[in-house]
Amino acid sequence: MKSKLPPAALQAPIDSDRRNALKLTGLSIAFLWGASSRTASAAMNARRQSSDAAAAAADGNPPFAPNAFIRIDTDGAVRLVMPSVEMGQGIYTGISMMLAEELGVDLGQIKVEHSPPNEQLYANPYIGGQITGGSTSTRGQYQVLREAGAVARTLLVSAAAERWHVDPSTCTVAHGVVSHAGSGRKLAFGALAKSAGVLPMPPKVTLKDPKDFTIIGKPLRRVDSVDKTRGATQFGIDVRVPGMKVATVRACPTFGGRLVGVDERRTRAIPGVIDVIRLENAVAVVGEHFWAAKQGLEALDIIWDPGENADLTTAELRGALAEALRNDKSIVAREQGKRPAEGKLIEAVYQSPMLAHAPMEPLNTTVSVTADKCEIWVGTQVPTRCVAGAAKITGLPPEKIVLHNQYIGGGFGRRLDSDSVEQAVKFAKQVKYPIKIIWTREEDIRQDIVRPMYHDHISAVLDTDGRLVWFGDRITGGTVLGRWLPMAMPKSGLDDDLVECAAKTPYDIPNVKVEWIRHDMPDGLLVGWWRGVGPTHNLFVVESFMDELAHSAGKDPLEYRRAMLQKNPRALALLNLAAEKIGWNQGTLPPRVGRGIALGEPFGSHVCLIVEVEVTAQGEVRLRRAVVALDCGIAINPSSIEAQIQGGLIFGLSAALYSGITVKKGGIEQSNFHDYRSLRINEAPRIEVHCVQSTQPPGGLGEVGTAIAAPALGNAIFAATGVRLRALPVERRLLVQSADALQRTVA
Amino acid sequence: MIVLRVNGEQRTVDVPADMPLLWVLRDVIGLTGTKFGCGIAQCGACTVHLDGQAVRSCVLPVSAVGEKAITTIEAVGNTASGQKIQKAWLDVDVVQCGYCQSGQIMSAAALLARAPNPTDADIDAAMSGNICRCGTYVRIRAAIKQAATGKTEILQAIAPEGAV
Repeated sequence: MKSKLPPAALQAPIDSDRRNALKLTGLSIAFLWGASSRTASAAMNARRQSSDAAAAAADGNPPFAPNAFIRIDTDGAVRLVMPSVEMGQGIYTGISMMLAEELGVDLGQIKVEHSPPNEQLYANPYIGGQITGGSTSTRGQYQVLREAGAVARTLLVSAAAERWHVDPSTCTVAHGVVSHAGSGRKLAFGALAKSAGVLPMPPKVTLKDPKDFTIIGKPLRRVDSVDKTRGATQFGIDVRVPGMKVATVRACPTFGGRLVGVDERRTRAIPGVIDVIRLENAVAVVGEHFWAAKQGLEALDIIWDPGENADLTTAELRGALAEALRNDKSIVAREQGKRPAEGKLIEAVYQSPMLAHAPMEPLNTTVSVTADKCEIWVGTQVPTRCVAGAAKITGLPPEKIVLHNQYIGGGFGRRLDSDSVEQAVKFAKQVKYPIKIIWTREEDIRQDIVRPMYHDHISAVLDTDGRLVWFGDRITGGTVLGRWLPMAMPKSGLDDDLVECAAKTPYDIPNVKVEWIRHDMPDGLLVGWWRGVGPTHNLFVVESFMDELAHSAGKDPLEYRRAMLQKNPRALALLNLAAEKIGWNQGTLPPRVGRGIALGEPFGSHVCLIVEVEVTAQGEVRLRRAVVALDCGIAINPSSIEAQIQGGLIFGLSAALYSGITVKKGGIEQSNFHDYRSLRINEAPRIEVHCVQSTQPPGGLGEVGTAIAAPALGNAIFAATGVRLRALPVERRLLVQSADALQRTVA
Repeated sequence: MIVLRVNGEQRTVDVPADMPLLWVLRDVIGLTGTKFGCGIAQCGACTVHLDGQAVRSCVLPVSAVGEKAITTIEAVGNTASGQKIQKAWLDVDVVQCGYCQSGQIMSAAALLARAPNPTDADIDAAMSGNICRCGTYVRIRAAIKQAATGKTEILQAIAPEGAV
């Protein structure tokens, strides 16, 4: 495979994906598109400009820094700069594998570094911003990073060939060493760094043929495992800077409410308390350590003005959604054919709750603000958004905002927002020392920017043979993009996230209409992206409903789906694989044990999940087994793929079984892991992941397991009990074994 | 002044008696491997050993530690069970975000020390107090078994091309 550099070659892989990029789930920032192809070439040219001396100094002046991602020092150290951030998804390992494969080093020879905020150098071409989210890191950077590695390798080979006066094509590279087969001469990368560093950029580079890969496709261990296993990894919450104090904060528990007053007399008496500082909607106590700050915060008498949402409840929000579904105008996302007059009409309403992210590492930020500089230490999915926010708050130019990204103890979309960072900068401006602000778990849940709630009317017409001839979906809910970056909303008003995996399904259906009714939450109730975003919501509705249709048609759910997949061999193969692995319809299952299927194509991957559950007489759901068949295109790291599917699945099952954010008196009712439950090890199912080998471009992975979890669970519960759940989370009292259990449905 | 034995060293700290051990370790002594997750003993991220027993340090007042030896993630590798668990964690490649893993490893090491060949029920009982939001439970179970038996747990299942 040959390609020109730069910039044309870098645009080639991007252009082929342009349609996808413009429709990117939840993070569609189409207007930045023009910038993103420039970005890729800037990244490849980075540090070739003399004006970049400051960046070079910050990097320790490596003699060889051919682009934004690779630094090789004279001692042979190979440092790879990570354009995405690591929050558990394994991307530092994936990126390292893509770079190392083409560069010609082993994973054991490299060190990874967080990237600084820099849109020009580190924007993900798929998104058009330096954003880690939407399961796009591998999809967006596969080609770019391989080319970056190949450029570096080409330059190192040229340097060696020049020194040896041989043809570069007679040299080979492996394990960080360039060799000349004819003469047996060898030079390590470190010895070549200086001379490679002064060579001009190669006009073109040759990428490896995938059949020659020695790293990509191998189930390799993560590059961050060793430190994380020894407690040595520095997360944002672990940052310690000289003179730093520790603070904790309480913001108004009512959406959009304000701080009226604080009586701090009792707080001031607590040993270790240093300061009480205020914002218009929050108060923080600063202490010598977190404990003093927390004790101090609890001793405050705070008076809030709850504002307009003072009496808001979940029932009210749900009622407003239902009313919008009935009365408000929709935006049509897809319309094909017409609803036939003849046939059996089936309709249902599905409800999805608000959800909190609850990453294990509560939100935290360390900030130092001085007259001419603002320094921030935080683990964030959006470093440049944080810089922009801090610049606005401090009045400093963006180049005076220095942000040090950190390992993230779970993001799940929560750290796609910069609210906690901006809040921390506002507090830090008021004091003369650096502060580390740590939110308590209670604050982390009550001040979460929640996954929106949805209310969907779904309908179908079946012909006399039970075949699906019409599929209609009226999706009602708010937009995250419209809140996060209103200017990025397309002119049509359609946020594709709302209809992803509903407007397009794996099935061949002759007549389809999918619409979105936009109904935003009241001011102050902020909605955000949550792992799996639109597909998590829509796959629950669509795939639960497909199961309803199969049963209504008197067909086996597997056969019913198969019949609609004759034009989709990729999906059909996965359905068959999962069915074979679990032994679908083989043998008899015990009473109140059932299996449920879900099939979907979220995030550029294709997945089929079959879950087996047992529902106890008391209505408790036991997850016995989960079998996943996956086609994610070319598999970068099978070990990582398996881990992401297992973890994503557990995240999704956890939410479907237990999670729901409810509102009372205008605020979030839940506060900690006792009332915002999470799946524990004794509840986790056995999970098998069967990944199909493929040479297709890589698909997304971090959110695939989450997106496919709930419908398979609901369908399995139906198979076990006959109870169709059309609302999440699973309501166990409806599953209690009783004479009339079969008749009952939710919604 | 309170005297503690932390990872084999004597540490004298000037802190309130009711201050949880977690914050003494993190904010006073500077051992940040032990994590804050919930503050109410619901998630296990703060798990440390007191004389080899797993305890939740976020609700343990420092004054209640007394003479007991405190072991944290930074030093659990010096114990036989801790070393086995950490090695299995690497072999199986358990971690994802890694934030809860200090606590997971401390709970698992305490389990292995008292039950060298734990059953699934033993693992459930010992580990269900540790939440992992990344969902690494399948590999945690595999790693504990691997640490106990030395037998490699098979994980990936990659179907060869054309098999389906």
